[in-house]
Amino acid sequence: MDYTLILFIILAAVAVASAAGLLVSRNTVYAALFLVLNFATVAVFYLLLGAPFIALAQVTIYAGAIMVLFLFVIMLLGADKLPKAKGLPWQRPLAIVLAAVLLVEAGFLLFQRLQLTANLASPEASINTTEALQSLAKTLFSQYLLPFEVTSVLLLVAMIGVIVLTKKEKGEQEA
Amino acid sequence: MNFLLVLEWLLKGFVLALLLLGGFAYLTLYERKALARMQSRIGPNRAGPWGLLQPIADAVKLIFKEELTPAKADKLIFLLAPVITVVPAVVITAVVPWGPSLNIFGHQLNLYIADVNVGVLYIMSIASIAVYGIVLAGWSSNNKYAMMGGLRSTAQMISYEIALGLSFVSAILLAGSMRMLDIVAAQGGYWFHIIPKWFVVLQPVGTAIFLIATLAEVNRAPFDMPEAEQELTAGYHTEYSGMKFALLFMAEYTKMIAISAIGATLFFGGYNGPFVDQIPWLGPVYIFLKIFILLFGMIWVRATFPRIRYDRLMAFGWKVLLPLSLALVFITSVGIILAQQVNANLIIAIPVVSLLVAGVAVAMIDRTLRRKDYERR
Repeated sequence: MDYTLILFIILAAVAVASAAGLLVSRNTVYAALFLVLNFATVAVFYLLLGAPFIALAQVTIYAGAIMVLFLFVIMLLGADKLPKAKGLPWQRPLAIVLAAVLLVEAGFLLFQRLQLTANLASPEASINTTEALQSLAKTLFSQYLLPFEVTSVLLLVAMIGVIVLTKKEKGEQEA
Repeated sequence: MNFLLVLEWLLKGFVLALLLLGGFAYLTLYERKALARMQSRIGPNRAGPWGLLQPIADAVKLIFKEELTPAKADKLIFLLAPVITVVPAVVITAVVPWGPSLNIFGHQLNLYIADVNVGVLYIMSIASIAVYGIVLAGWSSNNKYAMMGGLRSTAQMISYEIALGLSFVSAILLAGSMRMLDIVAAQGGYWFHIIPKWFVVLQPVGTAIFLIATLAEVNRAPFDMPEAEQELTAGYHTEYSGMKFALLFMAEYTKMIAISAIGATLFFGGYNGPFVDQIPWLGPVYIFLKIFILLFGMIWVRATFPRIRYDRLMAFGWKVLLPLSLALVFITSVGIILAQQVNANLIIAIPVVSLLVAGVAVAMIDRTLRRKDYERR
């Protein structure tokens, strides 16, 4: 067995366990930390697939910046402990049906593709070069320029929206 | 995988960790001595000659101190937080090259642990992870002062991380690579045989932003809001004692060393210096000297400036440093393209225009940080 496969299985277990922990945990700080762990494992997946740039961007942006803001808001609002919430009555049956559909689909795909040799990425030495990074940048700014620009406009709109919402009108009292 | 190669990695990692931790112990002594001199005192001089055994005495004292855990603290996270703080501080230096390759007994020894093509991004990601330790330490203590310290530190570190990242960008643009070895190599050589091609010459304002933002990142004076004594007792580590406190303390000083090493590599030429090409052993000596000088700068700043008020700290980060660093990215890229396409001498436009823009920024600082009317009353 290849050592990448062993790594993949261990990481997959950690990823699934942390995702489950996120859902089960009644303490929001713990839930946030589970999510951080999940993001970190996903980053290691990217490393296994030979994409160090995406992996480290994932850690910087999701695990680093966004989750810290989540924690910040949780602590600021003092919403650490959730009360035992009463679920919506139709939620549980619906969840069971959807989970069953997902399981069946995943199982079907698994058995159908079992014959194929799993093409787990082999991290090649050539991936960890500056040329790989430059080619990524070139693809991003030529072939995928439109999605890239649309995303940046979307973020800009969100930013302006936040500024408008929080800006004080003239003559409004200091909060 | 070669067994000897793995052994070499392990040894290098071990030596680097030991150097950082030993460096931490003596940095505390260095800081106390330097501060004492600046304040017309003598400083520690009892333990050993010139107080050289003082760090060991401190360590022994901290080990035997009683460990207190507040009754209503979140035990698990309270225990984990110091560890989460220390680990990023130690691993962040993995991508910093300490010198050129040495040749020992026919074996090539590279003086770095990892050669990552996205080295600068690695530093950013580890720096962004480092926030967690402090926030969690503050939250898990179940103490309002610790909590306020933790919250302040999050807001502060996230705000200054952006300016820090953008100051990295100017170094990346000038070197044309995110790989630390390429960045150091791009800073080799001289202009007119005298001026070293360090990025601090090409981008002095970017370097200044880096130095300011790192002070905020490692919570050093004048940006040590998370532990402002007068307002918050001791901030996030109010409830910590014994070895757990020692770990938080260690993380702060290890971060100072790490950030100085990164600054020396990105802007002050790394291990470059006179005669490094002939005698590769000089490389580690030069980078050590540069780290030492940068650390002295940090201590000097602490002895000189009073703590900045919290709202002004945020205003400074968002309204001055962020626009300025964005402008610097623009100026640097335009300058590089002009130098490539028109005339190589146009590279001089980068420092000149940057300094002009920085002048405008200083005027803006004067406006934003000036006392408002309602404060005068």
